[in-house]
Amino acid sequence: MLDERIAEWRSYLRRGQAIHQVDVDELEDHLRSQVADLKEAGLDEDEAFLIAVKRIGDLEALSREFASEYSERLWKRLVLATDAGESGVGWNREALVAVGLAVAAGVAIKIPELFGVHLNGPDRDVSFYIRNFSLFVLPFLAGFFAWKRGMEFAGRLWLMAPFMAAALVMNLFPFTPEGHTELLAALHLPMALWLTVGVAYAGGAWRDHDQRMNYVRFSGEWFIYFALIALGGGVLMGTTMFIFGAIGLDAEFLLNEWILPCGVMGAVIIAGWLVEAKQSVIENMAPVLTLLFTPLFTLVLLAFLGTMVWTGSAIDVEREVLIGFDLLLVVVVGLLLYAISARDPQAEPGAFDGVQLVYALDYESGGAAAANSGPHGVEHGDQVLGIDAADAPEAGRADRARRT
Amino acid sequence: MKIGKDLVAASATPMVLAILSEGESYGYAILRRVDELSGGELQWTDGMLYPVLHRLERNGYVKATWGKAESGRRRKYYRITDRGSEELASQRQQWRVVDATLRATSFHPFQMVPQGI
Repeated sequence: MLDERIAEWRSYLRRGQAIHQVDVDELEDHLRSQVADLKEAGLDEDEAFLIAVKRIGDLEALSREFASEYSERLWKRLVLATDAGESGVGWNREALVAVGLAVAAGVAIKIPELFGVHLNGPDRDVSFYIRNFSLFVLPFLAGFFAWKRGMEFAGRLWLMAPFMAAALVMNLFPFTPEGHTELLAALHLPMALWLTVGVAYAGGAWRDHDQRMNYVRFSGEWFIYFALIALGGGVLMGTTMFIFGAIGLDAEFLLNEWILPCGVMGAVIIAGWLVEAKQSVIENMAPVLTLLFTPLFTLVLLAFLGTMVWTGSAIDVEREVLIGFDLLLVVVVGLLLYAISARDPQAEPGAFDGVQLVYALDYESGGAAAANSGPHGVEHGDQVLGIDAADAPEAGRADRARRT
Repeated sequence: MKIGKDLVAASATPMVLAILSEGESYGYAILRRVDELSGGELQWTDGMLYPVLHRLERNGYVKATWGKAESGRRRKYYRITDRGSEELASQRQQWRVVDATLRATSFHPFQMVPQGI
């Protein structure tokens, strides 16, 4: 009984991160000594435990005290090594699996080269890569979560279905090379597949509201990690060019053939793993960034709406612009969802929610504008396949629906 | 009489060092000793002793070793170092100055300040 309660108390203490296993051991010794003394004084075990815990004091304050004494510990949590006192087995294995999958994704993107489908060079087939790049990496990310959440075999099998279907559609559908349908399909495939990854993220329980909101949060944090890794990758590539240039070698092939494609693929997985492993590092930053950029995007969108109404020129936009608009809607939906997911459910509605309302309105009118332009777009298009026209107005909503 | 939070915090270092100068000890026993010596007047939040001990260890005033308690549990023992003894002497001196200054004022209530440490 006492052991159970102490174990509970320990796990609560460990959550504070600044207090390491060994320190918790020391505090536990204290707690047990106190309990023993109080029992000797005639209290029963429950009372003794409660008083001992109370005497140790507010754990939040204690955590803060430890954090200021060991400020480097919080920093250390960014480093991959686990601290000595921690039983790091599960952690390490997760890191290994993540890195393994990242390498696998990096290798996968090179496999088509073996079959003569080149990314660079005179006989390159860029269109193949544009259509398929997400199929080379997102299955690995989904696999990572399927493994981590311990999904059942049947669930994993089902998870493969959307990827298979997408692979078939993307490669059997008679796309006009470099046509708009192809571009739109390539743009939306990652979003549809991202939702499939979400099923794996939720461990199959995607109907659960909390899990879906968690996935929205995950997506935002993943994006930030990915952007940070991309930033580092940019520096890496610049350095590579420079140092090889210094000895008279052009490293461009190295960048185009290896570092860039393999790096991007690997970064997708690593970012996903980092969000899971080091969530606490970024979870304070993501809502701040959302708070920062939401008003800015709102201003731009309002200005856009105003201009659109003022000039009445919504119908005259070119299809290229519409595709861009389509992406804008995705950004808006992303920010909107993310801001909602970061919102404290207990908070009163405030100005920020007003801003989000503007977003939702903008989203609707944006969709309407795109819908208006639908027939026009088809007229302009080189093919009447319906999918193009249907894509623009539906944007984010369609993404959600087109899970497969 | 309840001693203020700031004074408790300020006196923690010399207090712990003074108790350790009596011999090797561990967290819980240190707190018991504080309680005993102050007649229950000095109330510490138990947990807060540990960050203080760890800071003293980092500063090299005490040395910690893991040992075994009578009950067989792992227990961390602290021992004062030479530097710690020097620090204690210096802090005692400082407290004496503070104490003497307070006594020298003509404001009588301050004479209730507990003597020495």
